[in-house]
Amino acid sequence: MIDIKHKEEEELQILFVNGEIDASSSIHLDSAMRESIDKNKNIITDLTGLIYISSAGLGVFMSYLQELEANNLKLVLFGMNEKVYETFEILGLDQLLIIKKTIEEAREELNAS
Amino acid sequence: MGIPDKLKMRLSMILAIFAWITFTYFDLLYLLKHTASNPTVPLLPRVFQALFFVFLYIYYRYSIIKSEHFNFLDLLWKVFVSGLITTVVSLSIRLFFFFFSSSILAKSVLPINIFYHINVGMVSAFLISTFIIWKKLILYQKSKLLQQFWSLFEYSMIGALLFDLLGYNITDPVAVAVLIFLVLQAVVLTFNLKWVAYLNFKQKWKSILFIILVIIYLWYFNTNLLAFEDGTSIINKHLGKVFVLAISAFIFLYATISVLVILFNLPTSSVFERKIKEAMDFQRLSQAIPAGQTEEQVFEILLDSSMSAVFADAAWIEIGATAEKSKLVYYRNVKKEQVDLIKESVKHSTVKKILRTEFDKTTHPQKITTTIKDSDFKTIMVLPVMVKNIQIGSLALLKDVTEGFNREMVNIISTFVNQASISVENFRLINEALENERYKEELKIAKRVQKALLPESLEMIEDFEIQPYSIAADEVGGDYYDTLKLSESNYALIIADVSGKGTSAAFNMSQMKGIFHSLARITIDPKEFLVHANNALSACLERTSFITGAFFHIDATTNKIRFSRAGHCPSLFYSKADNNAGYFKNKGLGLGIVRNLSYENYVQVNELTYSKGDILILYTDGITEAVNANNEQFGYDRLKHSLELRTDLPTEEIKHGIINDLYNFIGSENLNDDYTLVIIKF
Repeated sequence: MIDIKHKEEEELQILFVNGEIDASSSIHLDSAMRESIDKNKNIITDLTGLIYISSAGLGVFMSYLQELEANNLKLVLFGMNEKVYETFEILGLDQLLIIKKTIEEAREELNAS
Repeated sequence: MGIPDKLKMRLSMILAIFAWITFTYFDLLYLLKHTASNPTVPLLPRVFQALFFVFLYIYYRYSIIKSEHFNFLDLLWKVFVSGLITTVVSLSIRLFFFFFSSSILAKSVLPINIFYHINVGMVSAFLISTFIIWKKLILYQKSKLLQQFWSLFEYSMIGALLFDLLGYNITDPVAVAVLIFLVLQAVVLTFNLKWVAYLNFKQKWKSILFIILVIIYLWYFNTNLLAFEDGTSIINKHLGKVFVLAISAFIFLYATISVLVILFNLPTSSVFERKIKEAMDFQRLSQAIPAGQTEEQVFEILLDSSMSAVFADAAWIEIGATAEKSKLVYYRNVKKEQVDLIKESVKHSTVKKILRTEFDKTTHPQKITTTIKDSDFKTIMVLPVMVKNIQIGSLALLKDVTEGFNREMVNIISTFVNQASISVENFRLINEALENERYKEELKIAKRVQKALLPESLEMIEDFEIQPYSIAADEVGGDYYDTLKLSESNYALIIADVSGKGTSAAFNMSQMKGIFHSLARITIDPKEFLVHANNALSACLERTSFITGAFFHIDATTNKIRFSRAGHCPSLFYSKADNNAGYFKNKGLGLGIVRNLSYENYVQVNELTYSKGDILILYTDGITEAVNANNEQFGYDRLKHSLELRTDLPTEEIKHGIINDLYNFIGSENLNDDYTLVIIKF
């Protein structure tokens, strides 16, 4: 259903999320996000392989917004397909999350700050 | 069978005493009439003596407990006591003769015979009662063959009683043959000593003492009676009977063999005791769960039983964390630091694997004991604790000698661990079943709540037609819609979707309903409504929960709709004038996502004027995200198209049309989400 890989670089960390995120698999996304935030490094999330995200999955991203801000951490998402982007957009999360098209743009976003 | 045992006992006792008195009386009567030199003894007293034995037998059969749960030591104690009483009586008789040895009384035939008969009565009672107790011991855990053989022996004994009536002299070859026949049977029977195995060390010593006393009694009684019989004054000689000799021989033989066997069993009794303890521990393990104990207790029992079963010097058990429980570790006579050191120093691969909880069932453990270096302990045995073929933990036993565990010990511990695993597995299965049941019950309640929260009928609105449709999937979601008539021509309209499922969704939905009904009466401005609603919900929604919604204010006098979208899927609007349908893609953010006042920056208000024949469709994402077998979504375009085909129809038919299109598309009756649709035609 869902496959999450984690890669740590010097300045940042990358989460690769593949598959579908529904109510049950969102638990894995939640724990992956938790671990990443605890590492106290900016996070890039690669959603190229994400086919579908349910409201529960969106809830996971949403739930860390405040904590990210409090810890002065940045979360950049990139590589969403149109459908997935639409779900983010409808809920209004595109206004709160940094969403880029490619990893280069995502890195640039982090370097800029 | 109608006669109670107590009565039978009393009756047989009275009859026995009567028989004793009778044969004593006849003997004495005969003695007074004839001279002692006449060797023939009349039949009548012998018959009564035989009856005396029979009644004694019946009496003791009932008086010595019949229950299967008797205590061997209690039985032997009974023998000891009856022997003691007999001895005391016999000694007091001796004392009498000692004091009156010079008197005529002690020399005359009559008193000698009376005392002799008293002695005989007492000894007979002792013999018969011991016979019955020996019978109980021999027949302990009897087989059918043994039972039959014993019956044969008892019949032979009755035969001996009858034989004695014939008056053969004991030296007669026929009498000797009968005696030998009986003794041979007794010899065979004496080798049934299963009860000995069930005595513990202390009980064995006590048994030896009691049985040796029985042998001494027997010897004393017989020499005492012989002393009497040596004198010429006794005619009906007790010891001159095959029955008496046979029963004495039987009691003596069984006593001797018992003492020997118990003696030989003394060194091994500790092993037997251990086996019994293992069996008890095993039972304790298997009964731990039904007795209402917890998993933790099972593991503790396992640890302690295993330690005592193999005489381990120290041990520990480690059970990995589960979803509900944290990691569990118990140490016995060993400290955490030592355990960590041992784990480090263990070289053996299988043992290492088990300790790291990486063991899998496919590799059969060849060797699970190994030596440890650089530790207070020399040998370690580890066993994986498996539940449903997955290792959940490990049990480790330590000894301070090398090669401390043999194959048998490994087997015992394996059995223990298996039993504990089964107990835990059952325990977890039961819990799962209960959890499932509770969950189902919860769902039922949530469904009822959810249904109750949706308006039974929307307020009759003259200015437009409104047609709702809502169906919930098996798993309860939180779709909500409602209308409120604020004044003659002002209406509030809401559609909302609570994230999550089950009771929490139903609960949040009820919050939303409360907010709508109270807040919409205070502020009709859509943005203000959403900002306040977001504020109110921020305090009570769980961390990952949010609500999407859309709020509409319809003014029927000005034909204006003002609306805001809070992250809800965009509403569909059909304009009759343009003959065109489209989605409102205005800015918006779900409720509870930003839990502070900055929320107002993320919502906007749209306004439009409607005219007669325009259609507004509100729905939840269940409809647009419904998928068919090819994993395609119903989507916005199909929904729009479905509406465009039916813009001239009344709302009822538009609703049916769209629902039909949807079901035809997904191709099954199985809903994977809630579907909610509200159609408004102006």
